Amino acid sequence: MIEKALKGNSNYWMWLAFLSAFIAVGGICYLRQFLYGMHLTGMGRDLSWGLYISQFTFLVGVAAGGLMLVLPYYIHNYKAFGRITILGEFLAIASIVMCLMFIMADIGQPLRGLNMILHPTPNSMLFWDMVVLLGYLGLNVICGWVILTAERKQVKPPKWVYFFVYLSLPFAVSIHTVTAMLYCGLPGRHFWLSAITAPRFLASAFAAGPALIVIACLVMKRIAHFDAGQEAIKKLTTIIMYAALINAFFVGLEFFVGWYSNIPGHKHSLEYLFFGLEHHGHVYNNLVPFMWTSVFFCFGGLALFGYMKIKDAFNDAWVGIGCLMIFIALWLDKGLGFVMGGLVVNPLDEIVEYYPTANEIGITLGIWATGFFLVTVLYKIAIKVEHEVEG
Amino acid sequence: MDMQRRNFLKIAGVTALAGISAPVVVNLTSSALASSDQGQTAVAHPAPSGAHGEDAPQGVRLGLLIDMRKLYGHPELLDKATAACHKVHNVPKIDNKKSEIKWIWKTPFANAFTDQSNNHASKTARENDFLVLCNHCDEPPCVRVCPTKATFKDKKTGIVAMDYHRCIGCRFCMMGCPYGARSFNWMDPQPFIKELNPNFPARMRGVVEKCNFCGERLVLGKEPACVEALKEVGAIVFGDLNDPQSEIRRILDKEHTIQRQAALGTKPSVFYIV
Repeated sequence: MIEKALKGNSNYWMWLAFLSAFIAVGGICYLRQFLYGMHLTGMGRDLSWGLYISQFTFLVGVAAGGLMLVLPYYIHNYKAFGRITILGEFLAIASIVMCLMFIMADIGQPLRGLNMILHPTPNSMLFWDMVVLLGYLGLNVICGWVILTAERKQVKPPKWVYFFVYLSLPFAVSIHTVTAMLYCGLPGRHFWLSAITAPRFLASAFAAGPALIVIACLVMKRIAHFDAGQEAIKKLTTIIMYAALINAFFVGLEFFVGWYSNIPGHKHSLEYLFFGLEHHGHVYNNLVPFMWTSVFFCFGGLALFGYMKIKDAFNDAWVGIGCLMIFIALWLDKGLGFVMGGLVVNPLDEIVEYYPTANEIGITLGIWATGFFLVTVLYKIAIKVEHEVEG
Repeated sequence: MDMQRRNFLKIAGVTALAGISAPVVVNLTSSALASSDQGQTAVAHPAPSGAHGEDAPQGVRLGLLIDMRKLYGHPELLDKATAACHKVHNVPKIDNKKSEIKWIWKTPFANAFTDQSNNHASKTARENDFLVLCNHCDEPPCVRVCPTKATFKDKKTGIVAMDYHRCIGCRFCMMGCPYGARSFNWMDPQPFIKELNPNFPARMRGVVEKCNFCGERLVLGKEPACVEALKEVGAIVFGDLNDPQSEIRRILDKEHTIQRQAALGTKPSVFYIV
C-alpha cells in the first residue's frame, strides 16, 4: 500500500518538500546539539526540562485523542465515524513517533537509550511510559494497517485484529495517565503534585486530538475530495467542546486549591503563568500573554461552537477556526505552560525563566515537520484506499 | 581515551573494594572521627565482628551533621569546603548559572530551608549563608524515578550513588530531587577543570552528577573532603547514624537539629545545628 504515497499532484510534493526543508534544518540543529552538547538549548541547572519534554507531553495527548474516534466506532457502533477512525489511528502513530523523537532529542546520552531496556526499572514512571508508548504505537500500526488492508480488499477485517483494537482503548488512556504520572509523583514540585493532573491531561487530549483531526478532514475535503461527512464533524465538535470545558473546569479547580488554601507553593506557578510572579522586587511574567491567549482562544472556540449548536448552523470555515483556536489554546496550556510554569520556582525558591534557543526551536520544528510529513503520507494512503474502494 | 579507561578501571576497583569492605569502612569513619589522630591505625583494624554491627539492625547509614554555629561569620570556611570537594571530584568551574555544576555550595537560609523561613528571621539566619548538598535520603526520590538504576542507594552505607556510565541523561532525577542537589553536564566539563585529579573520574557531557559522600575516599580510610577541609573548626561531623556510639549520634542525641524539607518524607541524612 505504501506505493500509494508515491503518487500525487504537485501540491502534494510541494507540501512534502516544504516539510522536508524544516526536517533538514532540524536535523542540522540536532547534529549540532549532538556534537557540541545540550548547552545549546535554553535549559539549565534549574530548568532542566524544556521545550522538548513539553512537546512530548502535549503530543502524547494528541495520540491519546484518537480514542475519541475509535471508542465510539468500535464500542458504540457509531457508524458515522467509519470513514475517519483510521485517521485517528494514523494520527496516533505519527504523534508517538514525534514523542519518541522528542525524548531522544532531550536525553544527554542518546546512544545509551537502550539502557532503559537493558536495565528495566519498574519503579520509574519513565520505564512504564516507554512500555505503554511502544505498546500503543505497535497496536496502532497493527490495527491501522490490517483494517485498511481489509478495506482495500473489500473483505471484513480478520477477527483477531479486534482483540488489538479493544486493547488499544485502555492503552490510549494509559499513555496519557502514565505521562501525567511522570510529573504528579514528584515531591517538592507543587504545581505538578496534583491528583488532577492525569484527568486534566486526558481532558485536554480528548479535545486537542480530535480538533487536529477535524482540521485535517476539512483540509482534505478541499484538496483531496475526501468528505468525512457533516454528522461526523458535528459529533467531533461536540466531543471537543465537552473535553475542552472539562479541562477548563480542572484548571479552575487548581486555582481554587491554590488561592483558597493560600499555600504559596500551590499558587506560585499559577501566579507566574497568569499574573506574573513578584520576587525580590522583580516581576517574572514571560508566559502571561501566552496563557491569556490560551484562555481567550479556548473560550472563543467554545463560544463559536456553542453558537453553531444553538443556531444549528454549520460552516466549514467556522468549524475550522474553532478547532484551530482550541488546538492552539491547549497547546499553549500543556505544550508550554505546564512544564515551564511548574519549573519556574526551583527547589531552592529561586526563580529562573526559560528562553528556548534558536537551535532548540529548530530541532522542535524539525520534529513537528517530521510528524506532519508522516501524517500526510499516512493520510494519503488512507484516502487513496477509500477512493479506490468507492471507485 | 586511554586515560579515561584507566581512571574508570581504578574507580571500578575502588568501588568493588568499597562493596567488599563496607563494614571496615564504616568502622573507620565513625572511630576515625572520634580520634582522628589514630585514623591510620583504625584502617589496620577490621571491624570487631558484632561489636556494633548487631546493634544496628538496619545496617549502616552514613550521615552528616553541619554545626552552623561554628561557621557563622566565616563565609570563607564555606567556600573552603566547596573548593575542597570540587577539587577532589573534578567538578568543573563553569561561570554560568545556567550550566554550572555544584556538589556542595552556600546559599541563604531562606533558600536552604524554604519551609522554615519567616518574616522575623534572626539576624544570624538573615546574614549568613548555609551549606547545602545532597541529603543522601533514606527514601530518595531520585532513585525512585531513575529509569536505568544509574542512581542507586548503596545498601551497605546508605550512600545515594551515581553510575556515570549508565546514566542516559534524562534528568528525571533532577526533577525528583526536592533539594536541587543534582547537576547536569550540559557541555564537556573537561576544559573547565583547572587541575585534574587523576584518582577520580571526570565526567563526560550528558550525564548527571552530585555529591557522593566521598565514597571513594572512605574506602581509602579518609574522611569526606568537606569534613577534612573544616577540620580546624570541626564544623562537619560524619558517621554512621545507626551506630549509637558514633560521634554524630552522640551529638544528635544532645543537640536540636533541623533538616531540609523534612515534611516531604525523604528522610534526609544531613542534619543542621543552626
